[in-house]
Amino acid sequence: MIRRRSVLLGLPPALLLASATSAEAALSGMAYTANEKDNTISVIDLAAMKTVKTVPTGQRPRGMDLTSDGGRLLVCLGDSNRIDILDTKSWKVVGSIDTPDPEYAALRQPGNNPLYVSNENNALVTVWNIDTQKMLVQMPTGVEPEGMAVSPDGQLIANTTETTSMAQFFSYGTGKNLANVLVPPRPRWAAFTHDGREVWVSSELGGTVTVIDAKTYKVLDTIHFVIEGLRSTFIQPVGINITRDDKRAFVCLGPANRVAVVDVPERKVVSYVSTSSKTFNATVKKYLLVGQRPWHANFTPDEKYLLTANGLSNDVSVIDATRLRVIDTVSVGQQPWMVLISPS
Amino acid sequence: MIETRLPTKEKPLTGRRAVLGAFAVTAGAGLLQQAAAAPAPTLTIGYVHWLHEVDTLSYIFQPAPNDGRAGAEVAIADNNTTGRFLNQNFALAAVEVRDNEDPVAALNALIAKGIRLVITDRPAADVLKMATAAAPHGVTIFNAGAAEDSLREEDCRGNLIHTAPSDNMLADALAQYLIWKRWPRWLLAYGEHPRDLRLAAAYRRAAKIFGAHIVAERQYKGKVGSRETDTGLIDLQEQLPVFTQNAPNYDVLVAADDNSVFAGYLPYRTWDARLVAGSAGLIPTSWDPNSEEWGGRQMQDRFVAYAHRFMTALDMNAWVAARMVGTAASYAQSLDPDKIMAYMRGSDFQLGAYRGLSLSIREWNGQVRQAILLSDSGRLVVSVSPQPGFLHQRTVLDTLGTDKPETKCKLS
Repeated sequence: MIRRRSVLLGLPPALLLASATSAEAALSGMAYTANEKDNTISVIDLAAMKTVKTVPTGQRPRGMDLTSDGGRLLVCLGDSNRIDILDTKSWKVVGSIDTPDPEYAALRQPGNNPLYVSNENNALVTVWNIDTQKMLVQMPTGVEPEGMAVSPDGQLIANTTETTSMAQFFSYGTGKNLANVLVPPRPRWAAFTHDGREVWVSSELGGTVTVIDAKTYKVLDTIHFVIEGLRSTFIQPVGINITRDDKRAFVCLGPANRVAVVDVPERKVVSYVSTSSKTFNATVKKYLLVGQRPWHANFTPDEKYLLTANGLSNDVSVIDATRLRVIDTVSVGQQPWMVLISPS
Repeated sequence: MIETRLPTKEKPLTGRRAVLGAFAVTAGAGLLQQAAAAPAPTLTIGYVHWLHEVDTLSYIFQPAPNDGRAGAEVAIADNNTTGRFLNQNFALAAVEVRDNEDPVAALNALIAKGIRLVITDRPAADVLKMATAAAPHGVTIFNAGAAEDSLREEDCRGNLIHTAPSDNMLADALAQYLIWKRWPRWLLAYGEHPRDLRLAAAYRRAAKIFGAHIVAERQYKGKVGSRETDTGLIDLQEQLPVFTQNAPNYDVLVAADDNSVFAGYLPYRTWDARLVAGSAGLIPTSWDPNSEEWGGRQMQDRFVAYAHRFMTALDMNAWVAARMVGTAASYAQSLDPDKIMAYMRGSDFQLGAYRGLSLSIREWNGQVRQAILLSDSGRLVVSVSPQPGFLHQRTVLDTLGTDKPETKCKLS
């Protein structure tokens, strides 16, 4: 395990964490990290709070998704040019989709079908029938598509293109490109609010999160992050996780080694005439220090905890999502890119 | 003089404003395309390309005839992948100029077509001539090739943007790493070419700034020769140790050899068992075909698919120039060169270029600030500068090269 410390930036190491107190609810279930560097998936038993199994994969596992019952894990293997479907009990590969340079894939819910894939090298979003493993349609995107989100009603697909710096919207039914919204440079991720009204898009180089109206495609707000003593260029937002009530979001800030807690107590959207007229009221409540370079995180099913995949310290930080404290750290494989948690 | 363009898939537009150029050109062959219902308005970027013979000591590093130009072509395709969603189209009009031909005539031919943004990889003296000729026409020149600091300093011009890092930036990038490694004692070796003398001056400056000590200097006397000679290597094995003999104790041999005369021969041939850096060994550069960090793999893959060879630093500098134009056009939502340049020079402009921190323009001299890779002679990337601990009040990228308080450039 490599644990590099940014001594010169004055960042304390990720290990200085408060220990869990008895008052905190017990964790259960399993979590999975895709470890980009050593080509494995780490299986974490959350009750024991440790990695209990390491599953070898193809080359460069990054994006993952789970079927709604948690029985199948889909892993994008960028350098093997395929997505493997693994059984989460036997850890056998039960299916494969050959598709060039997949970075991230998301299943449409409910129904676990079809599968939307960002093919980063080919400027394409491809859509697959997961049962027959046949491609249904492909949609041309900007340069380097990565982030992918499907609206809660399954009708709208949002994709981010890193080099083109756009959030792109496609219709589920027709595959038609509906809108392209320019955002600050290198958008990495898109997340719908649970009411389906907003899409939040992180810009890694811009250092911002753009909130876009999912009906009008107008920009509602641009959220900035300021951390005292840290240069703005190290604040690189990537993963976004929004609570079910849509009132709080956790944003992974990459090399800032922190997760930002963004609160949206109420939305009073009146007009979009001017960006200066504040119609959307998001405030950053807190920055939580986690391991090094968190890119993606996920909630436990009860939303009581958030787990972050820390790419440079090769571990997972466990955040108490109510008390907003980091309570534990679990070692995983090399360069975890993403973490998913079983539904039960 | 040969003029080339990217493969045209659409018929030329007619009746469009001359200022936008007359060619509708889509993305390059092999890259994904989507036919538009109506042709989008097109901005043509010029490229004055230096077609010349360069002899490198290493056979595999002989530059391709389209070195640099291919980078701009891939950037045009990237611009169009973006532009197809924004009703913007981009084309490249490249003019190849040989050593005995006049780059200003080539530039004027592009200006006559209404082209106002021109990339070039010509040497510094030609870049200056072109900038002077371009100024009355409101034409901006993007310098992708010349590293001379004088072009950014005493000879700076308001219509010059430098995507090529300067000698001082490259020297500072290497110096920071050697200091980080605590290898502060340098033996400086430089050649006879005027470029070598400037590069040596950049290393002396970097040593002073970052606290290194040049224990001795050696000048290598010898002209550019034929790369390949059948001596069985015995000459080199005899000559190079003697060149580095009797030096005071040093950590690293820093070589300033811009024309590939001798530096490539230094590794493994020094009198003492020492590392080599600078023009051989550990090389500071704006790009390396092995760089896969920060999404660089996608850039490399796109380039290889297009050009069927690896992407050089010159390709990257030209890619940056054409992508700066495309990115500024996206955000300014305009193909008007004046609006594009105004956005590009503004405080909001950032270009992601696969080196971690985004690129932007130093408003005081037109230099593009950028991270510098340290390459193990094109085998692997060893590190990237700025190094940890070298801080700056504005951006750590401004620890590389001439900073605002020191600049001799006065742009009116």
